[in-house]
Amino acid sequence: MNGSPLRPLLDRSRWRAPEFVFWALIIAAFFLFPDYRSLGAQVLVTGIFALSLDMLLGYAGIVTLGHAAFFGVGAFTAGWLGKYGWHEPVSALAIAAAVAACAGALGSRLVVRGTDLSRLMVTLAIGLVLYEAANKATAVTGGIDGLQGIEFAPLLGLFPFDLMGSTAYVYAAIVAFVTLYLVRRLVHSPYGLSLHATRMNRRRALAVGIDDGRTLAISYIVSAAVAGIAGALTTQITQFITIDALGFGRSADILIIAALGGVGYLYGGFIGALVFVVGRDLLSGISPAYWHFWLGLLLVLTIFFARGGIMGTAARLARRLAQRETQR
Amino acid sequence: MLTDFVGVIIDGTSYGAMLFVIALGLSITLGLMGFVNLAHTAVAMFGGYFLVTLVNQLAWPFFVSVAVVVVAIALASLVLERVVYAPFYRATALDQSLLTFGLMLMAGGIVHYFWGSSQQAVRVPEYLEGRWYLGDLSISKYRLMLLGTGMALLALLNWGLDSTRLGAMIRASVDNQRIAASMGIPVKRVFMIAFAIGSGLAALGGALGAEVLGLDPAFATRTLVLCLLVVVLGGAGSVNGTFFAAMLLGICDIGSKYYVPEFGAFMIYVLMAVVLLYRPQGLYSLVARRRAA
Repeated sequence: MNGSPLRPLLDRSRWRAPEFVFWALIIAAFFLFPDYRSLGAQVLVTGIFALSLDMLLGYAGIVTLGHAAFFGVGAFTAGWLGKYGWHEPVSALAIAAAVAACAGALGSRLVVRGTDLSRLMVTLAIGLVLYEAANKATAVTGGIDGLQGIEFAPLLGLFPFDLMGSTAYVYAAIVAFVTLYLVRRLVHSPYGLSLHATRMNRRRALAVGIDDGRTLAISYIVSAAVAGIAGALTTQITQFITIDALGFGRSADILIIAALGGVGYLYGGFIGALVFVVGRDLLSGISPAYWHFWLGLLLVLTIFFARGGIMGTAARLARRLAQRETQR
Repeated sequence: MLTDFVGVIIDGTSYGAMLFVIALGLSITLGLMGFVNLAHTAVAMFGGYFLVTLVNQLAWPFFVSVAVVVVAIALASLVLERVVYAPFYRATALDQSLLTFGLMLMAGGIVHYFWGSSQQAVRVPEYLEGRWYLGDLSISKYRLMLLGTGMALLALLNWGLDSTRLGAMIRASVDNQRIAASMGIPVKRVFMIAFAIGSGLAALGGALGAEVLGLDPAFATRTLVLCLLVVVLGGAGSVNGTFFAAMLLGICDIGSKYYVPEFGAFMIYVLMAVVLLYRPQGLYSLVARRRAA
């Protein structure tokens, strides 16, 4: 393939050393920190949710303030399945993803139109409407008290969900890998290129024959499905769900996580989730009330001094190092 | 029946008047600079808290305190604009929203630290307490004052935008920044002034409206959602649009809570969804035109 015009595209999609290190660390963490497997599972699930947002922020260029809507749809779908007799977890995950994708398809009509600003509002509205609906339908959703009596059968009929979180961790890690692999394939596919083009310049993308509305809509639907997977996983791991899963706070948190990690790298969300979940665990123990203050400060400092988040800064440093090497 | 209705209208419009005063600054920043300032309602929140300190603890006269708070916050916002916001006018909507969202979170923490988490109430002067009675009808004096303030500001701002030099410069800058600049209008300074006015108005809205909107550390988040709704409905950069949207929202919200409490806040979101469904672009025509230029 040397010299082929496709060469740069193939290079972009090649698996790189840091990616192998990342997944190796996830496997290593299972054995190194056996006491923290529950927390680890939480990090992984949050990472999947952040990955779904990264698709929108970093690849489609859609800023959303209401992504928890799809997380919540997935979470409640799994919750209802578990409560009313469908106890098999993997198929429940797939169903939740499908339902969230359908919800995304409904919302996408509104989202793909208009400017950044109107998208901000539309996504906010979608989130708020769903939250209010869930809040009012207490009989169905359990309201702020949460949906009780959710049960899931052992994973694959072999591994029950334990208090240590061992099954949860492995389950979340495998789902994280599979979703990341699929999203990775998608953003490096010809479709991913047209998405890239649409984000860079919508008019020119249209001029070279890309159906911009359809391209953005597909990304929104896929992102909704991935968010639904994250929501369903949360329900299955914690066996509990409240309407907080749909709330504005959740949408805001995940936006912060994605931004801290850095958008447009796929892995940023997982790293942001690690910082966020561990940071919250440590800091809210010291001063729960001021956790949001420190989070806000961190966010402001990131935007000021480390644009592109952790991944963006790391990429910049790596580039600078490489430059120094070539100069030598 | 009729008295109930009048009560809902009075409550709704006085609530709407405060939303109008707060949301106007947000609308101006969006319309003029296309800047997403999610921290705007945090400014209003500080207005409310400063008023609480001045009136309740230092026992200053009510309206003197309001004036001091508004001027102080308008001046402070100039520093904020230059130091924090100005470097981000050309940044993406994502960076802008994250920056200002971070500021909003910090504001909530600061308020919590200094004033505590419980809801604060401003001591209202005696001549504004109580209600007026007209037969069966009773009207809260304070709410009537809010409504009057909103109306007066609407008239003042319309006059200012239509008939003053600064107003003309603001209109020109909103319509087309580049042409305005090439005609010799100092767009940057115009924007600074507009930003300070917007922040001062937010402080006024927060200070006076603390009574109707409820003042606690979650004030900024809660009102932000309402103000964004107002801006969405009214269109960015339009004074009259903002006013009508705020009134519509105020009446709808109070009315639905009174007549159909089981729907709660649902009504206003449905209203927003319907409007966005039928006029997704039209609402942003100003911003869209500026971006296209």
